[in-house]
Amino acid sequence: MDTGKLIRQSEYEWHIEAHGAMRVPGVIYAREDLIRAMDDKVYEQVCNVATLPGIVNASYAMPDAHWGYGFPIGGVAAFDPKAGGVISAGGVGFDISCGVRTLHTGLSLEEFQPLRERLAESLFERIPAGVGSTGRIRLSGREMDAMLRGGARWAVEQGFGEEADLERTEEHGAMAGAAPEHVSDHAKRRQRDEMGTLGSGNHYLEVQRVTHIHDAGAASAFGLREGDIQVSIHCGSRGLGHQIGTEFLKAMAVSAGQYGIALPDRELACAPIDSPLGQRYLGAMRAGINCALANRQIITRLTREVFAELFPGKHLSLLYDVSHNTCKVEEHLVDGAKRRLFVHRKGATRALGPGHPALPEGLRAIGQPVLIGGTMGTASYILVGTAESEQLAYSSACHGAGRAMSRHQATRQWRGREVVDELAERGIIIRSPSLRGVAEEAPGAYKDVSAVVEAADKAGLARLVARLEPLITIKG
Amino acid sequence: MEEAKTARTPPYWEHYPHQADMGVRGVGHSPAEAFEQAALAMMAVISDPTAIRPDAAVSIRCSAPDLELLLVDWLNALVYEMATRGMLFSRFRVTLGDGQLQGTARGEQVAAERHERAVEVKGATYTDLHVIERDDGTWVAQCVVDV
Repeated sequence: MDTGKLIRQSEYEWHIEAHGAMRVPGVIYAREDLIRAMDDKVYEQVCNVATLPGIVNASYAMPDAHWGYGFPIGGVAAFDPKAGGVISAGGVGFDISCGVRTLHTGLSLEEFQPLRERLAESLFERIPAGVGSTGRIRLSGREMDAMLRGGARWAVEQGFGEEADLERTEEHGAMAGAAPEHVSDHAKRRQRDEMGTLGSGNHYLEVQRVTHIHDAGAASAFGLREGDIQVSIHCGSRGLGHQIGTEFLKAMAVSAGQYGIALPDRELACAPIDSPLGQRYLGAMRAGINCALANRQIITRLTREVFAELFPGKHLSLLYDVSHNTCKVEEHLVDGAKRRLFVHRKGATRALGPGHPALPEGLRAIGQPVLIGGTMGTASYILVGTAESEQLAYSSACHGAGRAMSRHQATRQWRGREVVDELAERGIIIRSPSLRGVAEEAPGAYKDVSAVVEAADKAGLARLVARLEPLITIKG
Repeated sequence: MEEAKTARTPPYWEHYPHQADMGVRGVGHSPAEAFEQAALAMMAVISDPTAIRPDAAVSIRCSAPDLELLLVDWLNALVYEMATRGMLFSRFRVTLGDGQLQGTARGEQVAAERHERAVEVKGATYTDLHVIERDDGTWVAQCVVDV
């Protein structure tokens, strides 16, 4: 992206003046080198989102922003129903409530090392990963609806976890307002065999080691020490979420004219929040959030089973679970007044600051853990929400490294076997059903995650707490 | 219904880059042929179509107000059939007319030992979505698929 089109507010904050049909300005949080590496489409998409009815303050892009569908990935935008605000299926994305959860293992590197190969094999064997992988759980129609209403809470009630997990999951594990009756039979059918599966693409389960503590106070509150072994799980709402996204994207594209919405691009398809279609999507999307929360909870159970066999007596406790493809109703201060807004985060993580009432008691004083996934060969980061983030981008931060290169380019540049061997030499075990998938996800195909989180930190979106490096990656 | 014409020069498919995902493009002598090729392009995102035996047929019907939405519906219908039947497809037949698509996808059940599957397609998107006739009379059907 040409920075000549932007107004530099500070080293990490760049503005796009409202022009043409834009109702609000655009704001990009990143350093100049990251912005220069962004596709021009990000600029176009930030501007397009700014044209949608009822948008409040600005159309935001996080430091890892890249070209998405309608909204940029790494995009944040809030809409006010009282101002004709809209809800957009593209602003949430196909993988509704895709997110990351991180667990403490209580293991030291010395305890882990002798069993690393066996642990990798057991996790790969037990956690369904890759295209078309199926889980062991089959839900009846009634059970499916209960899962869509109850999310991780449903999963815990079914024996897939413990009460303490729910406190450390956004929405206490169950997104309110889910309406399984607005989830189509097709979407439910697509999910039938996919409960407790990772999926493919950039989804993974990783065993990681904390290699550096940036903020001792927050790390201590999160229970993180240098050398600790963690497990992070990155996945979403699987076929159900994809099908909901597909169906509502079409419904919104077809009916936009009827609602008097002029779309600069069909992929920005949206509906007024208060319209019947908007409300149906909201109910279905919330059911999709619950599906993702239940899915990560079931995978947590499978992970705990594997660890219990290899490391008897060790218990995996949940640090936190965040989603980065959502639309949530939140109260935010806008020009000194509290407003109820529908905040879309597409490839962006909510990052609540200290004192926020939605945080569990144990974290309220310090702020929300913000879990940022890296790539197989680099690092992941844990950040903490800041007080100032609310005024910057509705308490939002980045969600990952963000791709720098297409899958197409990546497969030309790397072979899966070479990637696996090279990482093995560095002590990282990769297990994946597809070597082509590994090549497409090669670490070099992504932006430098360290530069992305540094930008988030410096911009004030969230504060760096800890760096983690992979030891084992189960790649979908 | 308009039958896909027999190709004078072979129809073809290709991928094109998108930063996070993959663009699929089918080119043929009619919209129907371009749709068939776009389906092959999408299959090749997931797995090698030449390794998929066209043993079993699945019928697909879609309707949409225009050709572009119909292309996305067609590709998404294939995504759904693959996901729920555990199948991969390698041959496609499409007839188009009056906002309707009738299609047949031929393929087989996934066999892990023969079919390496790189990535699943979550859905076809409206990004870079075009169904157009080029100056030389050939048709292009393309969009980005979310993986």
